[in-house]
Amino acid sequence: MNDVEDAITRAYHDEWARVVAGLTRRFGNLDLAEDAAAEAFATAVARWPADGVPPNPGAWLATTANRKGIDRLRRENQRDRKHKEAQLVFDHTPPEPIGAIDDDRLRLIFTCCHPALAMESRVALTLRMVGGLTVAEIARAFLVPESTMGQRITRAKAKIKAARIPYRMPSAADLPGRVSGVLAVLFLVFNEGYLATGPGADPVRADLTAEAIRLTRLVRALLPEDGEVAGLLALMLLTEARRTARISMDGELIRLDEQDRGAWDPALIAEGHRLVRERLAAAAAGEVPGRYQILAAIGAVHTSARDIRDTDWSQVLALYDQLVNVDPSPIIALNRAIAIAELDGPDVALAIVDGLEAELNGYHAFHATRADLLRRLGRSQDARHAYDEAIDLAGNTAETANLTRRRDQLK
Amino acid sequence: MQYLVSVIDDMSNPGKTDRRPAISEFNERLIADGYWVFAGGLANPDAATVIDNRGEQSVFSDGPFLESKEYLGGVWVWEAPDLDVALALAAEASKICDRKIEVRPFA
Repeated sequence: MNDVEDAITRAYHDEWARVVAGLTRRFGNLDLAEDAAAEAFATAVARWPADGVPPNPGAWLATTANRKGIDRLRRENQRDRKHKEAQLVFDHTPPEPIGAIDDDRLRLIFTCCHPALAMESRVALTLRMVGGLTVAEIARAFLVPESTMGQRITRAKAKIKAARIPYRMPSAADLPGRVSGVLAVLFLVFNEGYLATGPGADPVRADLTAEAIRLTRLVRALLPEDGEVAGLLALMLLTEARRTARISMDGELIRLDEQDRGAWDPALIAEGHRLVRERLAAAAAGEVPGRYQILAAIGAVHTSARDIRDTDWSQVLALYDQLVNVDPSPIIALNRAIAIAELDGPDVALAIVDGLEAELNGYHAFHATRADLLRRLGRSQDARHAYDEAIDLAGNTAETANLTRRRDQLK
Repeated sequence: MQYLVSVIDDMSNPGKTDRRPAISEFNERLIADGYWVFAGGLANPDAATVIDNRGEQSVFSDGPFLESKEYLGGVWVWEAPDLDVALALAAEASKICDRKIEVRPFA
């Protein structure tokens, strides 16, 4: 019985997106695709224990889902009308050779991550249609009521239909922007899961990092030539590698300089480094690296050091200098200043950080960074005030605990 | 599939006023490519009148139905096969008109 359960779980992970994407192409209707896929998997749960696991589970599921889809249309007695009123428009022109694998899952991903949909809608739709998470799971993961999440997904599908968002590979010209949109969705899912780590965190939320990595791997398999996809995967792996070292038993956040590096996952780091090396080689050959690749490279420098004191800070700074050109966000400037502190001293860094006050005054990490620099300069009173501001603004209890400890350690 | 494409004027941040030649040229391209169904620039919202005849008597109000800093400056109707095509054209239109553009499908 356990073997069958394992087979079904595996089939769900491996086949859900493929089945949904195939049904979407066939019926042009996301609701129908979702329902027919769910019914097919439910049938598998009911039948495989008695009949045995089929030799080709994917084919069995696709065939069964197709039949369920047709049955639904017949039952609703609106087959002809549904065909005319297909939710999605298709483009039958052959896809341009853009280093992408011609796969319906890719079309599905691009549709769910379309820029005309609000970010939260893209996230919800992608997790449901591509990830196969239930509406309840997605609602719990993002801390909203199930009915709210259900409505969000329903409205997103309605917009796709009403506004005619097409089920199609973007053109070569549009591809970088559209891929960027997909990666933003996946990165958001990852960060949501990463921030949820710690004792007492809902496992569904913590699982988001694994889900984000899984979906990014899928996108990488479908877009093997895309540097930013590789970069994001590397960044996620190198970040995830440090997860267990990041939270203490008491639920306090442990910062990079204090982490037990022996607790880092060597397999994830090795894979992350491999991807970064691949992207560095591409950069050396002339490809301009995007922000995820550079962030991953920074992560690779950090995870190459056996001890915080071995960190190659000049390399980190050089990468931040590159990153600032690609992404002029003040948060990047803030993190760059931390590298400056290691090379030129905390006073130089503090001057830079103070210059960012107007933009980052509401951001807890701004005050935390200031507090740290002030502490190192021996300005305990000012450091204490800065820690207070950071604690006020920090939402994550793990971070609050760490900041409180640092503040209380001031003389 | 037809889309209503609205040009959004903003009283607090008005766009340039020298866009007509570029807009005319854009319209000619839309017509040549088969997207153009209708186009019209709108008079100032002050020139609008609202009529409410849902009750006993017809009530007239001077001015637009919505008082706001942002208002409709002009409208197009375009015929496009899908939203991606409409949005690509709208991106051009926004640059050419120096204004925000709303793309809304007809039901």
